Amino acid sequence: MTIHQSPEAFGYDAFLRAHQSKEVLRFITCGSVDDGKSTLIGRLLHDTKQIFDDQVTALQRDSRKHGTQGGEVDLALLVDGLQAEREQGITIDVAYRFFSTEARSFIVADTPGHEQYTRNMATGASTADVAVILVDARQGLTRQTRRHALLVSLLGIHRVVLAINKMDLIGWSQNRFDEIVAGFASFAAPLNFAEVRAIPLSAKNGDNVVLPGAAAPWYDGVPLLRYLEEVPVKSEERAAAFRLPVQWVNRPNSDFRGFSGLIASGSVVPGDRVTVAPSGKSSTVARIFTADGDLPRASEGQSVTLVLADEIDASRGAVIATADAPLTLTDRIEVRLFWAAESELAVGAELWAKVGTQVVNARIAAIHRRIDPETGQAGATDRLAVNDIGDVTLQLDRQIAVDPYLENRDTGSLILIDRETTDTAALGLIQASAVPAKTEAPPAATATTPEPARSGGLLAGIKRLFGG
Amino acid sequence: MSAAVAAPARTRLTHLQRLEAESIHIFRETVAETENPVMLYSIGKDSSVLLHLALKAFAPGRLPFPLMHIDTTWKFREMIAFRDSRVKELGLDLIVHTNQDGLAKGIGPVSHGSEVHTDVMKTQALRQALDKHKFDAAFGGARRDEEASRAKERIVSLRNGQHRWDPKRQRAEPWHLYNFKKRRGESFRVFPLSNWTELDIWLYIEQEKIPIVPLYFAAERPVVERDGQLIMVDDDRFPLEAGETPQMRQVRFRTLGCYPLTGAVESPAASLPEIIGETLAARTSERQGRVIDKDGAGAMERKKQEGYF
Repeated sequence: MTIHQSPEAFGYDAFLRAHQSKEVLRFITCGSVDDGKSTLIGRLLHDTKQIFDDQVTALQRDSRKHGTQGGEVDLALLVDGLQAEREQGITIDVAYRFFSTEARSFIVADTPGHEQYTRNMATGASTADVAVILVDARQGLTRQTRRHALLVSLLGIHRVVLAINKMDLIGWSQNRFDEIVAGFASFAAPLNFAEVRAIPLSAKNGDNVVLPGAAAPWYDGVPLLRYLEEVPVKSEERAAAFRLPVQWVNRPNSDFRGFSGLIASGSVVPGDRVTVAPSGKSSTVARIFTADGDLPRASEGQSVTLVLADEIDASRGAVIATADAPLTLTDRIEVRLFWAAESELAVGAELWAKVGTQVVNARIAAIHRRIDPETGQAGATDRLAVNDIGDVTLQLDRQIAVDPYLENRDTGSLILIDRETTDTAALGLIQASAVPAKTEAPPAATATTPEPARSGGLLAGIKRLFGG
Repeated sequence: MSAAVAAPARTRLTHLQRLEAESIHIFRETVAETENPVMLYSIGKDSSVLLHLALKAFAPGRLPFPLMHIDTTWKFREMIAFRDSRVKELGLDLIVHTNQDGLAKGIGPVSHGSEVHTDVMKTQALRQALDKHKFDAAFGGARRDEEASRAKERIVSLRNGQHRWDPKRQRAEPWHLYNFKKRRGESFRVFPLSNWTELDIWLYIEQEKIPIVPLYFAAERPVVERDGQLIMVDDDRFPLEAGETPQMRQVRFRTLGCYPLTGAVESPAASLPEIIGETLAARTSERQGRVIDKDGAGAMERKKQEGYF
């Protein structure tokens, strides 16, 4: 068991250092409306002792009023936060939950399985290391399960837990479990997951969530929490080139000029040769400044301020990258969009695109295809409606530095912003840069444009996307 | 903390390092993309962490925005003393705003109750101050783990011209991309501590040696019991019942606000490690000590829609 011990048990100092040196794992939970997702998260919070007495009292009161467990304590109410949701008994929006054990801290993106699921799931998945996909053992795999697996795969999550819930309601049938696992394996084969871990559990009773379940002696794997404590975090698994999108030029006086930003990928040490995009100027890293003193090395996930050896021009929106592997400079990009606005998207639409730390004007130069999230097939279209996933060409009003999304989540992603409502209208994954700047050649004529996926459907598209 | 010192090939960042980096990134994005930001400074431990992170984000430069304290005039005296000493020591630019209408009408937590007091002296006061100074972004120290309706709050949260929060018009916030476009009159609340928990805050305060108001540490303090809460009698405005005298008890506070609305907990924890130990072993959430959250189910959600922070 790995739930918090009392500090007295092993000394305050060791206890503090242990907690201060913990890593974090971010995961997303996805499931259909009644798969028991909120109950599962409620169970994780409850069994890792994140729920306090006053919250349990409130929970008992609320369970009588809104509960779906016939007066029993309904753990789902712990996470269905908004009053409107409680009244309707559904989860409307992405919610973030937090819990920790001795081994790790966890940030959970809890996303709804129905309305606006594309936008919400994509948001939750965008920063996740692992996806937990819930399946109701009685229902088996549904269209939603397939949708969720596809979305998770598109967003570049490589590790999936198939949490087969409500096993208590089917008598912990191993045959049924095996059948669901086999079905998922054949469906997910082309999705390029590095790992699919199937766990039979009952969120309502707690079996195999935090503690092993006694009800299924045939299952010799670990409970869900143990898996989440031990799975490698995403950043450990990739070795990417150094990129720092410049957020802020810090120039408090004539003696100091630094470029502040969050390192999107890779690492840097003083003396490294770097190139600044889009200017293309090169220099050497002189210092890695932080408020706690200069660092001998900094890497992905750290907010730092770089001082360069030469007085070269860079402002917000620039990207400082290793000189060995510069980004692609382009004003025309192929993007897979998750369209989230109520209004339809058509060719010619003008929006803002926020890419890294800069906002540019973007025009939809072409809409190539819409991807059916249920069948996985791509079909030709010239419009995208709310919750559609589709491939488009964006023409930008200036050159920007990008990477393909699957190489780099932060330099390969964007949001589109509606110029009238100012709402975030779409999430975008950069697939490739299209033709060089200033030409208006149709994207189909270029080698870097993904060919229309009609022949192979979405699965072929995903294979291409993953370089498989 | 110097993360990379001991690291050979690959740096494994701790949870706290990642939280710190994320918060710093949020500060820089906001300052770069808005015209007139302000940091709401409530003097509590979360504000102390928020200020510490803001100073880190812009070092070696100065803070590129002022701090603003909405003073209800009912804060603990030690809070005000702490505020003034920090401001002086760090050379900060501080705006203090009090709702003068409310003050003239004598609105207070004792006479009017927590709901009216909070609405007039905090929510309305905040709106007045934001309008007066035309701030288009206000940093706050709220965390998603504090309360159910906060769990769905965005890091960059859009408010309409009346400062209202519409849970149905929340923008997607994927990756590290925050949308700072808005229509005229709208503004943002920005929460750099969104992903921190109470435990993270304490661990970070200990790690970074961040100064906090002494009220967080256990000491003998004069308290009376009101509706199951231990209320510290901080000045003579607090009405004692006939024959009642405050008892000296060993107490500390898990959150700080207006003293008549802030419950103390009995505790011997007089150091950060002891507080952290208690936090882990705690059986009640920190908001238990806030009278304001008990104004009925969905109370916080409603207050937020009205413009409460």
